[in-house]
Amino acid sequence: MINAQRFSVSSGIKHLIVLAFVVLWTLPTAGLLVSSVRDADQLIVSGWWTALVATERNAAHRTGTADSQVEVDNQFRIDGEFFREDSGRTVVSWGTGGRNLDEFQAGDTWVQDDGSRLTVNEDGSYVWLSEQPFEHARGIRLFYIAAIPPRFTMANYERVLAAEGIGRAFVNSVTVTLPATFIPILIAAFAAYALSWMNFWGRSFFLAAIVGLLVVPLQMALIPVLSTYNWLGQTWVGSLGWEPRSYLGVWLAHTGFGLPLAVYLLRNYMAGLPREIMESARMDGATHFKIFITIVLPLSVPALASFAIFQFLWVWNDLLVAIVFLGQGEGRTVLTAQLRELLGSRGDNWEILTSGAFVTMIVPLLVFISMQRYFVRGMLAGSVKGG
Amino acid sequence: MLQQLILAAWAIALAIGLSALFFIGSNVLLDRTLSSDHIRDDDDRSRRDDLRESIRPWIFIGPALLILTLYLVVPVIYTLWLSMNSRAGFVGLANYTWAFNNRGFQISVRNNLLWLIVVPTLSTLFGLVIAYLTDRMWWRNIARSLIFLPMAISFVGASVIWRFIYDYRGGTDQQIGLLNAVIVAFGGEPQAWISVQPLNNFLLMAIMVWIQTGFAMVLLGAAIRGVPEDTIEAANMDGANDFQMFYKIVVPQVWGTVVVVWTTITVLVLKIFDVVLAMTNGQWQTQVLANLMFDIMFRAGDFGRGSTVAVFIMIAVLPIMWWNVRQARKEMS
Repeated sequence: MINAQRFSVSSGIKHLIVLAFVVLWTLPTAGLLVSSVRDADQLIVSGWWTALVATERNAAHRTGTADSQVEVDNQFRIDGEFFREDSGRTVVSWGTGGRNLDEFQAGDTWVQDDGSRLTVNEDGSYVWLSEQPFEHARGIRLFYIAAIPPRFTMANYERVLAAEGIGRAFVNSVTVTLPATFIPILIAAFAAYALSWMNFWGRSFFLAAIVGLLVVPLQMALIPVLSTYNWLGQTWVGSLGWEPRSYLGVWLAHTGFGLPLAVYLLRNYMAGLPREIMESARMDGATHFKIFITIVLPLSVPALASFAIFQFLWVWNDLLVAIVFLGQGEGRTVLTAQLRELLGSRGDNWEILTSGAFVTMIVPLLVFISMQRYFVRGMLAGSVKGG
Repeated sequence: MLQQLILAAWAIALAIGLSALFFIGSNVLLDRTLSSDHIRDDDDRSRRDDLRESIRPWIFIGPALLILTLYLVVPVIYTLWLSMNSRAGFVGLANYTWAFNNRGFQISVRNNLLWLIVVPTLSTLFGLVIAYLTDRMWWRNIARSLIFLPMAISFVGASVIWRFIYDYRGGTDQQIGLLNAVIVAFGGEPQAWISVQPLNNFLLMAIMVWIQTGFAMVLLGAAIRGVPEDTIEAANMDGANDFQMFYKIVVPQVWGTVVVVWTTITVLVLKIFDVVLAMTNGQWQTQVLANLMFDIMFRAGDFGRGSTVAVFIMIAVLPIMWWNVRQARKEMS
C-alpha cells in the first residue's frame, strides 16, 4: 500500500473529530434503545445515561401498630419491612420527618423519649424494641431515601405491542410494504429494458420525462388521487367492493410514486450492460422478450436489489401516503402513523414512545445493515430523486 | 392478523401473476397475430417484421406509462386546475392572493427557506468533512456505518428520538432530556426547547441534518475515492498542508458530486413534512408548506387552497427539475 496515508491531516486531531461525529450521531439512538428497556418509574426520574447507576427516591413508611407487637425475652418488639421482598432496594438514610431524610444512616438506632429503640437496616427491615408494651393504635411515619438498583425490563415492549396497537400496526406495515415493493419492480423492469435496448418513437422524450418526474413532489398528486379514489367508491367500481381507503389503493399509489426512480435506476443499469451480448442473442434469433427474461433480468439482479431496498425503506418509513390513502382509523394505521398517534396521546410516557419507536425501526435497521452494499450502490446510481 | 399477511402474500402473487400474464400473453399474442413465418415475399415479410417490432416496445413500456400518467402526470395538471378553484367553483388566482396574505403561509415560506439554506448546507458540509477525514482511516467502515445508520430510521422514529433529547422537566425534577441535562451540568437554565422561537426551527432541522449527513458522506466518500492519485501526490510534493489539500485539491475535484448531493437534499427538504407534523404540528411558528397543505387539505377539507400550497412546492422544485432534465439529455446525446 503505497498510499496508506494519502492525506496527511494530523492523525490525532483527525481521529478526534471523527470520533466526535460518531458519538454525536450514535448517542440519540443509543438513548432511545437504553430507555426502551428501562423500568418506567426509573425512566421518568433519571436520565438514560445513568441507567447503570442506582437511582434514589424519597419515600415514607408507616410502622406497624401495637397489635403487631410480640414479646421476646421480656422485651416487646415490632418488626417490619420497607420494601417488598426481592425488590433489591436499599435504604440510604432515613429520618422522622419529610425534611430530614438524612437524620440517620442505615443501621443507626433512633432512641425515642419513651426509651424505645428503633433500628432501620440497610435492607429496609426495621426492629422497634421497648421494655414496656406498645400501646399506639397508629404506626409512626418514617421517611427514607431508597436506592433503586438499575432494572431492565421487556415490559415496555410487551405493552406497546399488545395494548398500544403497535403489534397490529406492524402487521399493517408489512401488508402495505411488501406488495408496494414488488409491484413497481416488475413494471419498471420491462419499461427500463425498452428504454435501454429498444428503438421506438419518443424514447428520448420518455427518458427525459422520467428524469423530470423523479423530483415531482408527492404533494402535487395527493388531492387528485384521493378525490379519484373517493369518486370511484361512488360509481359502479364501489359496488364491486372498492373502498376509497384500502390496501389496494395504497399499493397502487406507492407504485405510482416509486416508479420514476425504479425506471431510472434500472434503465441506468441495463443500458450499461455489454452491447455484444444483446447483439449476439439477436443474431441467434432471440426475441426481445426472450432476451429480457433470460439475459437482462438475471444480469440486473444487483440493480433490482438496490431498488427493492430503496422502495422497501421508503414505503416502510413513509407516513404521508399511508395516512392519506389508508386513513388514521382504528386498526388500519401503519407503524409510522401509530407512532405519531402515540406521540400525541402518550407524549410523556417515554417508556411507551421509546419502545414503540424501536419496534418501528427494527426492520429497516436490519434490512439496512444486512444489505448496505446494495443500498449504497443504488444511492450512487440514483441520487437525483431526493428521498 | 394472519389473514392480513395472507392477503399481502396473495397480493404479491397476484401482482406477479397478472404481470406475467400480461407480458407473456401480449408478447405471444403479438408474435402470433403478426407472424411473418408464412409470408414468402421478402419485402412483405420484412414490413411485417418491422410492424411487429415497432409495436413491441409499447407492450414493454405500456404499464409503466399508464401508471405514471394516472398517478403523476394527470394529477399534477389536475392540481394546477384545482388551485384555481374553491368549493364553489372557479376563482382564478384568488387562492394565490389568499396565500400571499395569509400569516400561516408566510411563516411556512420563511421556514421552508430557512430549511433550504441550513439543512443541505450543513448535511453536505458535515458529509464532506467526514468523508475526507475517514478516507483511508483504519476504522473507516465502522465510523461511516454508524453515521450512515440514521438513514434507515423513519422521520417519525427520528422525531421520537429527538423529542426525547429535547425533553423538558419542569420544577426541580431531574432533566431526562440530554440537551437540558447538559445545559444544567454547565450551570444553565433548562428550557422547553420545542417552544422557544425561532430556535425551535433549527432544532427540527438538526433532525434532518442528522439523517442526511450519512447520505452526503457516502456519495462524497465515493467521489473522494475517485480523486486521481497524481494530483494528491503532486500537492503533497509541493508541501500542501491539510486545509490546502482539502479545499484546493479535493473539493474542486468532487464539486460535481457536491452539487448532486446538495440538490438531492434540497428536493427532500422542500417536501419536509413528517418531522414537523410529529414534533410540533406547526405550532410555535414552525409550520412548513407540506404540513400546511396537509392541514388545509385534511383538517379544513379545502382542496382548492391545499392545491395552491402544493403548487408552490412544485414551483420551488422546477429549477432543479429543469437542471436534471438538461443534464440527462446531455448525457444521452
